[in-house]
Amino acid sequence: MKELIVISGKGGTGKTSLIAAFATLAENKVLCDADVDAADLHLIMGPHISMRVDFKSGHTADIDRNKCTECGLCLDLCKFSAISDDYKVNHIDCEGCGVCVYFCPEKAINFPENTCGQWFYAETRFGPMVHARLGIAEENSGKLVTLVRQESKRLADEKNLDLILTDGPPGVGCPVIASIGGASAVLIVAEPTLSGIHDMERVVQLANHFKVPAMVCVNKFDLNLELTRDIENFAKDEGMLYLGRIPFDSVFTKAMVQGQTIIEYNSESKAGHAVKEIWNALSSKLNL
Amino acid sequence: MIISIASGKGGTGKTTVATNLARSMGSNVQLLDCDVEEPNAHLFINPSFEETETVFAPVPEVNEDKCTYCGRCAEICQFKAIAVVNENVLVFEALCHSCGGCWEVCPEGAIQEGGRKLGVIQKGHSNGIEFIHGKLRVGEAMSPPLIKKVRAYQNPEKLTIIDAPPGTSCPVIASVKDADFVLLVTEPTPFGLYDLKLAVGAAQMLNIPLGLVINRSDLGDDKVREYAQQEDLPILMEIPFERQIAEAYSRGEMLVDVLPQWKDRFLGLHYKIEKLIE
Repeated sequence: MKELIVISGKGGTGKTSLIAAFATLAENKVLCDADVDAADLHLIMGPHISMRVDFKSGHTADIDRNKCTECGLCLDLCKFSAISDDYKVNHIDCEGCGVCVYFCPEKAINFPENTCGQWFYAETRFGPMVHARLGIAEENSGKLVTLVRQESKRLADEKNLDLILTDGPPGVGCPVIASIGGASAVLIVAEPTLSGIHDMERVVQLANHFKVPAMVCVNKFDLNLELTRDIENFAKDEGMLYLGRIPFDSVFTKAMVQGQTIIEYNSESKAGHAVKEIWNALSSKLNL
Repeated sequence: MIISIASGKGGTGKTTVATNLARSMGSNVQLLDCDVEEPNAHLFINPSFEETETVFAPVPEVNEDKCTYCGRCAEICQFKAIAVVNENVLVFEALCHSCGGCWEVCPEGAIQEGGRKLGVIQKGHSNGIEFIHGKLRVGEAMSPPLIKKVRAYQNPEKLTIIDAPPGTSCPVIASVKDADFVLLVTEPTPFGLYDLKLAVGAAQMLNIPLGLVINRSDLGDDKVREYAQQEDLPILMEIPFERQIAEAYSRGEMLVDVLPQWKDRFLGLHYKIEKLIE
């Protein structure tokens, strides 16, 4: 089974539109949205959710005012300044470390488990999909990413599907690390801007750090041809497979507004052709 | 006054708005790039960095001469960052949240504070702007502690503009919390709208007044405007899509330098925010 994760470092380079287009072109796959913090793939895929499960992870301290003697020990111990002078726990600041719970001499602090979001099994017009929604301001996005990836693998096993197409999050932090570890390959969608290149270089470092093979393509290449060539040369120097370039094309926005992939909306568009070529190169590389 | 610039969705133009707003204000302004995973504002501001500081997160360091392998450190740790196996203590630094539980609970005083490198903070100036950003070490998972360190440089005597990361989870909260105003930069597309709603939810949860900037305002559809009207969210600025703007952005050029008429619009944006806070 192959698992491909699309990442970018910088946000807004076209990860989700690209993975949606691949969903139209690939066969026998599971779709997975690992951008649990701002998940958008479902807006194109129109999933019919067949199962929803609460995602429980971590704990939050809660002071029982009937037992609390206001000794102040918890305030002294809390490294996250999450307890106010009137002994209320700020749920956003509480890290769930349990130090206050452990040391409270009155055993006045409860420590309930958090429900941080939900994850879903769904059916789409392109096959099964696993996605999730992290609650606003919640922590543990990395754990939820790990969970949706595990469930995608389980589903692929169960249905005898040999590919998982995963939409990854932006950045290089916790959810990205959780997204790429152990994957067959990552596809980095770069854009030819100074920011895009800066962020791509960091995400390439991350892929190298975790020893995941990385491939690159350029989106909106005609915004800056010189920087597009810089990305192509960078890929060559790094020994990464360069898959091709996609032009800046309003078809991406138009398709999104219609809730369609760009292949469904207009497969003969310039961007549509470019994406098909990239997909062909990618699927032969992954031996699909 | 602290204005945090956030978005939900990535790539909507947070950095464009943050840098151009800072540049338009001219002086008595600081720009803090809190998108420490992928900081980009410096590419536009071009500050001369005068100082670089390495930032560490406290992690346990076990003195095995004193350790009796009682296992209390492993018992208190909620993050499985320390384990005692027979007569061995294993520390998994990357998992440590620096809560201090293990060194507090150790009856032998065998645990002292070590450090895990989170990244660096760089400080500099450019054209009257005080510029500070954090750069997360590649491979480090936890950005909020570094974001908090960047924000420790907030100067209440100045206008502080914060460039926040995308999303709505802990790094965003760390960048937006205790701000006087949250400016949400969105685009009029289904992805922009969906993620905007999440970002609005985050700002409202933190009880911070907010306003919108619609970027590439002539692409997509009208649903963001309809939503703003329904929810009574002020649209403070619209930036149309112009190829010239996108190409200038690609080269790291500032909107107010390429099209100087935008300077007054950014000053107007600041004025509107001040009025809304009053």
